[in-house]
Amino acid sequence: MIKARVTVTLKNGVLDPQGKAIEGALDALGFNGVGSVRQGKVFDLELDTADKAQAEIEINAMCEKLLANTVIENYQVEII
Amino acid sequence: MKSAVVLLPGLNRDRDMIAALTKIGGKPPVTVWQTDTEIPDVDLIVIPGGFSYGDYLRCGAIAARMPVMRAVAEKAAQGVKVMGVCNGFQILLEAGLLPGALMRNASLKFVCREVKLEVANAATAFTSGYQQGQVIRCPVAHHDGNYFADTDTLARIEGNGQVVFRYADGTNPNGSINDIAGIVNDAGNVLGLMPHPENLIEAAHGGSDGRALFESVLGVAA
Repeated sequence: MIKARVTVTLKNGVLDPQGKAIEGALDALGFNGVGSVRQGKVFDLELDTADKAQAEIEINAMCEKLLANTVIENYQVEII
Repeated sequence: MKSAVVLLPGLNRDRDMIAALTKIGGKPPVTVWQTDTEIPDVDLIVIPGGFSYGDYLRCGAIAARMPVMRAVAEKAAQGVKVMGVCNGFQILLEAGLLPGALMRNASLKFVCREVKLEVANAATAFTSGYQQGQVIRCPVAHHDGNYFADTDTLARIEGNGQVVFRYADGTNPNGSINDIAGIVNDAGNVLGLMPHPENLIEAAHGGSDGRALFESVLGVAA
């Protein structure tokens, strides 16, 4: 079995109002000096295969087809 | 004209949409379920609003991958008119039938109110019953209506007249780029819009500014 972690983040230049709100809340908690916050999503996957290369190909396809909206999001695949 | 309404779990504006199509079109639409792989011979397919799949992952993301959406894409490619309202618009974008994306409202708040819409293109099958530049009233109710497209896509859809509705008079409720409230595809037969014209079609609604959209697309005289 192969475990993988997919991280999906907003592309540069895409406004992130949720990140902005988190930034404001951190400041309100006294964490001053936080320059910027961008939020995203994490997916932990388990694949029934031992073939790392094949798993990576498949997960990339999953990202393109469903896990990320590539109009506004980037994704990063990490085999753990 | 025959119409069909797509049903998915979590949609909640389907009955309003069916009522509007029935009242204005004169006959009830057929309904198709998410697992249906074929859509009957109709002139118009409508995806109503709501919260399909609880907005999990991204609004419309799961719904857009259901079998019925492959059938909708096939019909759209054949030139059948398709309209998505609110969650329906989000689903059409996620399905790749329209360009761009809808993101969380800039205010981060759910907005449920009336806005003003400018008819930015009255030369479409959906808007021929309006005057170019006409400003109409329309209700909105959404959390993720903040339209975004990259610079090239935006220039292309603006240049092609694909922006059909814009929020007018400073009523942009969600931070949409260029005040975009509704767009059509390149071929002009697929419309997506965030506001709910089906909720403003008769006196009981407090107005009927949404009516002309249905009259246009259903080919019914005003």
